[in-house]
Amino acid sequence: MAEICSPLRLPLIAGRKKPAAVTEDVCRALTRPPSGLWWAAFAAAFALLLLGTAAVSYQIATGVGTWGLNTTVGWAFDITNFVFWVGIGHAGTLISAILFLFRQRWRTSVNRSAEAMTLFAVMCAGIFPVIHTGRPWLAYWLFPYPNFRGSLWINFRSPLAWDCFAISTYFLISATFWYVGLIPDLATVRDRLASTEGGSLRHRLFSIFSLGWNGSYRVWRHYEVLYLLLAGLATPLVISVHTIVSWDFATAVIPGWHATIFPPYFVAGAIFSGIAMVLTLMLVARKAMGLEDYITTRHVDVMCKLLLLTSGIVALAYGTEFFTAFYSGNPYEEFVFLNRAKGPFAWAYWTMVSCNVLVPQLLWFRRVRRSMGVVFVLSLLINVGMWFERFVIIVTSLHRDFLPSSWASYRPTIVEVSTLAGSFGLFFTCFLIFCRILPVIAMGEVKAVLSHGQGNGGEA
Amino acid sequence: MTKTIYGMMAEFDTPGALVNAAREARAKGYRKLDAYSPFPIEELSEALHLHKSRLPLIVLIGGILGGLTGYLMQYYVTVLYFPINVAGRPLHSWPAYIIITFEMTILFAALSAVFGLLALCGLPMPYHPVFNVPRFALASRNRFFLCIEATDPLFDRKATSDFLGTLEPREVSEVAH
Repeated sequence: MAEICSPLRLPLIAGRKKPAAVTEDVCRALTRPPSGLWWAAFAAAFALLLLGTAAVSYQIATGVGTWGLNTTVGWAFDITNFVFWVGIGHAGTLISAILFLFRQRWRTSVNRSAEAMTLFAVMCAGIFPVIHTGRPWLAYWLFPYPNFRGSLWINFRSPLAWDCFAISTYFLISATFWYVGLIPDLATVRDRLASTEGGSLRHRLFSIFSLGWNGSYRVWRHYEVLYLLLAGLATPLVISVHTIVSWDFATAVIPGWHATIFPPYFVAGAIFSGIAMVLTLMLVARKAMGLEDYITTRHVDVMCKLLLLTSGIVALAYGTEFFTAFYSGNPYEEFVFLNRAKGPFAWAYWTMVSCNVLVPQLLWFRRVRRSMGVVFVLSLLINVGMWFERFVIIVTSLHRDFLPSSWASYRPTIVEVSTLAGSFGLFFTCFLIFCRILPVIAMGEVKAVLSHGQGNGGEA
Repeated sequence: MTKTIYGMMAEFDTPGALVNAAREARAKGYRKLDAYSPFPIEELSEALHLHKSRLPLIVLIGGILGGLTGYLMQYYVTVLYFPINVAGRPLHSWPAYIIITFEMTILFAALSAVFGLLALCGLPMPYHPVFNVPRFALASRNRFFLCIEATDPLFDRKATSDFLGTLEPREVSEVAH
């Protein structure tokens, strides 16, 4: 184990852990009864989920008229939530695939839960376009298949059809990436359960899903190649997904949407909001589950630096939009941007700028990056800011377009607000259940980096 | 006589010891070797002289098939099966096809990677003799195992066991079939 040992290399995992201790620390949460904090969080999340279910059921039974949409503002909360949740998912893929390709070994502590977050976020995202169709029981019409509706096919030249392909591919690939990464850990849990509760239902389920994994080299060598290939495939995929989401807007002629800057702007924003959500979840998980040795202040610190970087890109995009509007000489374009900053939705615009551009500047300070409470609050604010970014893009561009005669306003109804709350409920319910039934830290990967910076490579 | 057991297995405490043992077993002439560990160890592939994985080729073929499927599906539908003349614009509008072609390439490549892995490794594997060794349950946690299989021409129950004993293992055990 030719690990270079230097005082410059700090350990990735604190507490000089041995592999056996990693197994115990991570698996303990699976067999221990849930804490009071977990039950409280679960009850809150599940209540929100029920509220959302009620709202969506009412909307499906009654119609899209239960929302505050009108003929001018045809997209509002639904598409805002869709873009928001897809964006959240992208940080999971960034951490699991892009940072893997860049050999960022600190990612091992957070990649499992970040990937789970991706999966649940994409599930939340998928709900919104489907219920927005108005007749969700016909949502399968989005897929191309030979049919008897006058042999009519989907329009392959439409960004909405591209979106359908992109999001379903993204969900499938994220799910397989996550599952493949889980297999060695499922085997670890299986072997651990065999000694304590061999033959139980849980043991049998872990046996089935670990596929008879035995850690043989005949398997590991293919497995490592597979992981690299999946990371290489997921990286362009994640960029394509948010690029295509941005084309839902950019291919339209609406001022404020019709811009070539949209794809990179959306991808950076997605990663920005996603990392904020990863931080929110990690900071809670490390406290609630006692994982401070695995998710150290150093992990939080590097993720804060990523936030700072992506915040800078987003700020640059905001500035560029205004400059382009001014420099284009296009009066509609100019109007839309002035209307954003000074019109009826100025409060939303300035919330967005404060949360996404001003607040993250605090992260320049090392003391802020290392103070968990402050980072937690910042991550929540950034989540709020990024939700408003999508709201501003969608609603302010639509509500006052070319003809003043068609101008209108928009106000969400209680059904829409409940649906948004319900999507958070679904997300957190899924995440809390995941924390209880599966190892939240990729044990196999963490064991491989234990010796990093500890100079005990040979003695593992 | 060697058919009755699967092989001899030695247990080690550290990845370094496992790599050394694998090297020495190769040097001694054993070829039917396998190592088991809770995490991948880079040096082992080289110590065990494993062939390069064929997975990239499978993924390349899967990706090409996916791309062709995506493109031809759109071509077939928009040009042959249900052509719609929109103000005389070309039916074969290939730039618009690229996105779905790309997504299908990634989808097929990734799925062929996963199913390729399962096929190449013979997973799911309901039974494997190594699990007959009681201490092998630690192979997914914190122990490292080297197994010399009975199908190796040099395999001999006594000699192989003695050889493994010289590598300073924690324990040497027989793997029943």
